[in-house]
Formats: sequence, C-alpha cells, structure tokens
Amino acid sequence: MREFGSGEVLFILAAVRWTLLLSAVAFVGGSIGGLAIALMRSGTIPALRWFAFGYIKLFQGTPLLMQLFLAFFVPGLFGFNVDPWGAAALGLSLHASAFLGEIWRGSIEVVPRGQWESSAALGLRYWSQMRLIVLPQAFRLSIPPTVGFLVQLIKGTSLASIIGFVELTRAAQVINNATFQPFTIFSLVGLTYFAVCWPLSAYSRRMEQRLARANG
Amino acid sequence: MNYVFEFSQVFAAWDELLAGALRTLWLSAAAMAIGMVVAVLGALGKTGGPRPLRWVIDAYIELIRNTPFLIQIFVVFFGLPAIGIRLEADQASLLALVVNVGAYGIEIIRAGIESIAKGQIEAGRALGLKPLQIFRLVVLKPAIQAIYPALTSQFILLMLNSSVCSAIAASELTGAANDIQARTFRSFEVYFVVTGIYFALSLLFWGAFALIERRFLRQPAMR
Repeated sequence: MREFGSGEVLFILAAVRWTLLLSAVAFVGGSIGGLAIALMRSGTIPALRWFAFGYIKLFQGTPLLMQLFLAFFVPGLFGFNVDPWGAAALGLSLHASAFLGEIWRGSIEVVPRGQWESSAALGLRYWSQMRLIVLPQAFRLSIPPTVGFLVQLIKGTSLASIIGFVELTRAAQVINNATFQPFTIFSLVGLTYFAVCWPLSAYSRRMEQRLARANG
Repeated sequence: MNYVFEFSQVFAAWDELLAGALRTLWLSAAAMAIGMVVAVLGALGKTGGPRPLRWVIDAYIELIRNTPFLIQIFVVFFGLPAIGIRLEADQASLLALVVNVGAYGIEIIRAGIESIAKGQIEAGRALGLKPLQIFRLVVLKPAIQAIYPALTSQFILLMLNSSVCSAIAASELTGAANDIQARTFRSFEVYFVVTGIYFALSLLFWGAFALIERRFLRQPAMR
C-alpha cells in the first residue's frame, strides 16, 4: 500500500483546476442558456414562455446526477460519443441554464413596469429596452442569487466524478484507493471545496445585505 | 439515428424500480423529519444560545453549505470507520442527509421564529384570545405560513439529492437503476425511465404541497 504523503496531497490539490475549469465552462454555458431561458420566460410569446417553464421545471424536478447520466448516454444515441469531460460540461451547462434562467427571470420581472412604459414612450423597442433599461437594473439585483447558484454549481461538479471525470472528488477517490486514508483524504477535499465556495457564499450574502439596505 | 430502443427489459424490472422509489421516499421522509429536529434545535441555539454554541452552529452551517453532499457522504461512510463508527450504506445515507438538510433547515426555521411579531401577540391578548389560541393562531400558523414554501422546496431538493446516495451503493431509486443497468446494459433506457420517475415524484409533491397550502394555510390578505 502506498503512503499518503505530500505527493498525494499535491495530486489532489492539482485536481482542483479541473473542478474550477468545469465550473467555469458550465457557468459560461449556463449563462448563455440561462439568458435565453430568462428572456423566453419573461417575454410575451406563449409558446416560448411555456417551453422555458417546462425546461426549468424539468431540470428543477430531476436529480443532477440523472441529468449527467443522460448527458453521457443521450449523445451516443445520435452517434456522437462524448467523453466524461464533454458529458459533464454539457450536463452541467444545461442544468445551470435552467437555474440561472429562473433566477434571472425573477430579476427581470421585479424591474418596475413603469421602466418599460417610460422607455417605450421614449421610442425604444424590445431589444433596446432590454439592453439599455431593464437588464442593467436586473443585473444588480441578480448578483447575490447568481453567485449563490455558482456555489451550488461548483459543488455539483463533484458529481462528474461518478461519470468518470477526474476532478477533485475523483482524484481523492483514486488516492484513497491506493493509500486508504479515507477520513484524512475526504476531509482535506471537503476543506478544499470549502476554501473555494465559502468566499463566494460570503460575498453573495454581503451583496444581498447591501441591496436590502439600499432598498429598505 | 439508428439506435434501437429496448425499454422492455427496464419495464420488466418494474418491481425493483418501485421498491427503489419507495426506499427513496422513505429515506427522504425520514431524513426530513429528523433533519427538522436538528434544525429546530439549531435555530433555538442560534437565536438564544450562549456565544460559543452559536459559533459552533455557524461553523456547522457554513461547513455543510459550502461542501458537496457527495464528499459529506464519503466522510460519513468511508471516513467515520477510521474513528470507530461503522455504518451500513443505508444508515450512512440517512445520517449524511440529516446532517445536510439540518444545516439548510436552521436558517429556514430561524426565519420562521423571526417572522413572529411581538405586537401581534399583544394584540391577540388584547382581543381576549386564550394562550392556546394565541399560540395556534398568532404564533404557529403565521410562522408555518412564512416558512412553508422554503420548507417544501427543501424537501424536494432533499429527495433529488438522495440519488447521490447511490455512490455508496445505498438501496434507493438510483441504486436500483444502477443494478438494472449493470445487468441489462440498457443505460439510456434505464436512466431515462428513472429520471421520469423522479420527475413524477417532484410533480406529485409540488402539486400536493400547493394543494395543502391552498386548503389549510391561506389566510385573508393582510395590510
């Protein structure tokens, strides 16, 4: 049996970069998808509203683990073979699209009706209203819940280890299988996640309090 | 697309899927019930306890909310035996879920406690309500109304999260899916059907919770 030494610690810590990269890819993918979902959901076209509603409910009503399994197996049905990295990035992006879509829909809808009406009176059309008037105001409100969801997403990337992508959690399992120091290893990995997530959580909470004060 | 779907082998294992779904429901309900006891104790400790206790509770909340559930369950299942606590997969799953939902529950319960307005109690007394009536109508009902949405969505999150317990081979719905998949190799079909079952459960609970809210928790509009 191998000893659990500094080499093993470094191997685990180096795997953080895959967790961070996967989180970043999923967050970017989810932001694009989420913006589309939020616009559809808050828009006036019934078919798109319903599609976005169904999409959000589907992803909020099924386990992330199942979403990742399906992201792994569904492309194969169409003849595309995805590796665990591709499947995890795809699954987490689709997942993030639903949650960010719902968060941002909420932020868009609390922008007062009068803002739409007065910008319409100024002769602005939908896209200009959205881009110049509504989204900048919604953006400020959306920061705390968006960062809060980013924490969920980072934690969610640990499930990519189950479909075989070697990120932080998977690296810990690999080392644990060789050295069998589960308590030390999984505690260390837990603390590593904590070191990434906690500052974001704290920032999200501080921003939320600041917004509450500004509005209260 | 020239994939040939083969759902019959999945449906042939309907009894395993049903048993798995029931285990998932049992696990979620038990974890929620015990987790709420943890949450109430934690919330009381955090609102009225001495400073060191509050500090410990805060550390617990932050630690659990900022680490993945998968790691938490690994620590419970693989890590605890190192300090002499050996648990079956199902026991470890329940414990990990309780610890997890307890941390989220504390903040929810605390919001409920804080939603009770002191002036309302005095107003109830002034109207001549008996102490029990005050507790039931002025304290309990508004508090439940305040936390009901967060509590019910927490339950659905917990139920979906319990699928992660399959990583330590607990007997629940995703575990059943993994067994069927290993036997039949119909990966897509198995996970598609099981995803459908989870979604049906979510819809069922969303519907039921909304119905309960409309039936029992609606009150005349205030203000």
